[in-house]
Amino acid sequence: MKDKKQVGKEVILKINGREEKAFCQPGETLLHVLRNKLNHTEVKEGCGKGDCGACTILLDGIPVDSCLVLAYQAEGKRILTVKGLGTPEKMHPLQKKFVEKGAIQCGFCIPGQLLSAEALLEKNPKPCREEIKRAISGNLCRCTGYKKIIDAIEDASQKLRRTMSDKR
Amino acid sequence: MNEKTELKIIGKPIPRHDAWEKALGLTCYADDFSMPGMLYGKVLRSRYPSARILFVDTSKAERLSGVRVVLTAKDVPQNESVTRFGQTHTMGGGFEGLYRVLADKKVHFMGEAVALVAAETEEIARRALGLIKVDYQPLPGVFDPIEAMKPDAPQVEEGKSNIVTHYEVVKGNIEEGFSEADVVVENTYRVPFVDHAYLEAESGVAWIDEDGVITIRVSTQVIEHFRGVADVLGLPHNRVRVIGTYVGGGFGGKEDITVETFLALLTFKTGRPVKLTYTREESILCHSKRHPYIMEYKTGAKKDGRLTALQAKLISDAGAYVYLSPWVLLYSMVDAAGPYRIPHVKIDGCTVLTNNTFTSANRGFGAPQPCFAYESQMDELAKKLKMDPIEIRKINYLEKGEALATGQILEHQVALKETTDGAFHALGKKTHEEGNLKIGRGLASGMTSYGRMVFLHDTSRSYVSIEMDGSVTIRTGVQDIGGGQASSLCHIVAEILGVPLEDIKVYIADTALTPLAGTTTATRQLYMSGNATLMAAQEVRKTLLKKAGEMMRMDPERLDLVDQEVVDREGSGKSLTLKEVVKVCASDGLPLYHVALFKAPFRNLTQYERIEGDVFPDFTFGTHAVEVAVDEETGKVEVLKLISCFDVGRAINRLSVEGQLEGGAIYGMGYGLTEEVILEKGVTLTPSLSEYLVPTSMDVPDVQTILIESGDGVGPFGAKGVGEPSVCSVAPAISNAICDAIGIRIFDLPITSEKIVRGIKEKKEVR
Repeated sequence: MKDKKQVGKEVILKINGREEKAFCQPGETLLHVLRNKLNHTEVKEGCGKGDCGACTILLDGIPVDSCLVLAYQAEGKRILTVKGLGTPEKMHPLQKKFVEKGAIQCGFCIPGQLLSAEALLEKNPKPCREEIKRAISGNLCRCTGYKKIIDAIEDASQKLRRTMSDKR
Repeated sequence: MNEKTELKIIGKPIPRHDAWEKALGLTCYADDFSMPGMLYGKVLRSRYPSARILFVDTSKAERLSGVRVVLTAKDVPQNESVTRFGQTHTMGGGFEGLYRVLADKKVHFMGEAVALVAAETEEIARRALGLIKVDYQPLPGVFDPIEAMKPDAPQVEEGKSNIVTHYEVVKGNIEEGFSEADVVVENTYRVPFVDHAYLEAESGVAWIDEDGVITIRVSTQVIEHFRGVADVLGLPHNRVRVIGTYVGGGFGGKEDITVETFLALLTFKTGRPVKLTYTREESILCHSKRHPYIMEYKTGAKKDGRLTALQAKLISDAGAYVYLSPWVLLYSMVDAAGPYRIPHVKIDGCTVLTNNTFTSANRGFGAPQPCFAYESQMDELAKKLKMDPIEIRKINYLEKGEALATGQILEHQVALKETTDGAFHALGKKTHEEGNLKIGRGLASGMTSYGRMVFLHDTSRSYVSIEMDGSVTIRTGVQDIGGGQASSLCHIVAEILGVPLEDIKVYIADTALTPLAGTTTATRQLYMSGNATLMAAQEVRKTLLKKAGEMMRMDPERLDLVDQEVVDREGSGKSLTLKEVVKVCASDGLPLYHVALFKAPFRNLTQYERIEGDVFPDFTFGTHAVEVAVDEETGKVEVLKLISCFDVGRAINRLSVEGQLEGGAIYGMGYGLTEEVILEKGVTLTPSLSEYLVPTSMDVPDVQTILIESGDGVGPFGAKGVGEPSVCSVAPAISNAICDAIGIRIFDLPITSEKIVRGIKEKKEVR
């Protein structure tokens, strides 16, 4: 079999506030491009078919499985990964609470959990536990039994609300 | 030794050192790592569960541009070996099994590795797999362990019996026991294949370093497979190095070799770095599963509830290769009578090869299967005797100083009465019943060993040093699989040396650089490496305090290390900074480090067919209590409350212990209600996470944990292990609760809605 000429185009992706370019094929998933072409290995692959939520990112603020989005479809949209959520110098309150509450064991699902939680709190700053459960229902975790993850999100929402009311 | 008077760190809920990196997305898991010039590996898997390989033609694949190598069985220096699966101790007694790297002549289960490819891109490697031509001649297979035991059954490994091992445990006289019984209950229980379903599939990268050493950076529970890998390549053991990454979930599924040998072969043959990561489907098809068991139980009791006899027959499906099946069965044998005082016991067990996916370690390692049976039996007995299920348990629970059926004396606390009361009372007020919803409550207790079998001569090593600036380094070959295995060691050292956690750096899991600490399996790391690290830290402490005593002209016994200072416990107010003492020690040439070796107590098992005497260092005991709502119309079960009450000995890090108990409870809930790898004539019907159903956040209650700290474990500070015990008794507790709600007992896991609806229908028809 002869190698086909590479079909595709250069795609500009806005990741964590910065523009990054990658040559992408039409059928290539956003997850594949993020991990293998742009070194965003903070986005995890757990199943590659939308079952586990490990590869969750925010696309224009909406949580999506990046394994189910084509790179082409993400062009021009804002992509947020866990590295854009917070940095070692400036951790997001959700990240801090996940650490403090012991919500992290093996940690593999955590980038996805955090982004689903962030999307929830953006929409609903005062979620009840049921709403939190629903928001992370697409993010499987095999280690924690979810309790400490839900606790952490609940606590972070309270902290964020306090911060907001302080600002007012 | 100078004991700490008041614990400052041990027992507190403190975040782990690795949590920050994980929250920030900085942790470099196995597949996150790449190297310049790296190739991508892929594995060709058998499409048949049982077939002869007539020929393999790799020429087309080899000619594909970008393919660097295609390997089959003939290319593997040592393709077959009789292995002890990472164990160093020669056992005999059916503990050894065949390790075959690539299928040769025959395939024995669907998904068995047949060929390996390395190519410039993953896409090319995948295409190359499609170009390998394998001619199979399908053969009759055997998929049921009972069928497989028959003399005329097809042999999974030609020329060998399908029966891998047979064990028995005998205590007293079983006929006498049943003749003394006023009531007897007899039932058969079945439990399914279970997948570990860690979020991170098997993965690693291998390369040859500048010195010619094959180096494998891999997600594993056992770095010490470097020996097995070296044997496959025909290299000396010291020419293979394994570096363990922070693991994205293990649960026993990364205890056996996964990608290591394949990676080593591909890098060895190409001279290039190679990455190999399984797809999710490949992971579910090809790695080990929890053993399905068929368990025939007969239990007898007196009118007053005292047990007189327990007879059980356990048959486990080993799948197509032996792996750890005999070990898992041995655990089940010891646990099969449960934590109960029974004068007459007879247990028979065997494990049998079939053409199903092979089975091996899975969180609990042979303890959860019999627990489902013996705890269901206890409730059935209670029902027959019209007794309270808690009362009948309390009458029969073993106590410290009493013996298991094998004769092993329980030398440490058995806090089952406390865990039972704790779990039950936490259920609180019963939820109100409405419409079709029936509310039921159930409880089950369990015993699970921690630490490996005592005849294995288990050891762990740990190195602790104090640097010139007072910071501390730990080096130990511990694999961290998410349970906080590494960070607990930091907590122990921080306590002993009086330094803050931030000042401690732990290096783990590198066969070339860290002293070997054994496997992260068998709930043994806190026990084994915790003790080794404690010993090492205590030696360093001794050196520091002795020198400080000289400097302060005081008896070292009076001194303590607190907040980076040496202080006088008797309140003279005199102190020295840790740094000062370290500097003087260094200039005096004193060793500011220690490598400790912790050896588990050894006792020999005289023979393996009939198991007698001590098998484990200690056990962890606990109770799960559950409240469920069962919809009688749809059969849907909702777990409303789930309480996990355990004697943890002592909590080293409260957050980690709670996390283990919470996660273990939900792992056990999945076992009870939804999880089953369905195999039909050897073909996996559930190869994805939308077919193999692990609990989601919508399925779970808030698990409530209650820690009892007897301080009587054999781990550091009296800790017991909890990682695996936390799973053991959840499924029977749920089953007992369902039975309480609707009066129907389901004898097969998982207890799906279909089984409940069928049960309700059958009950109505009987009426």
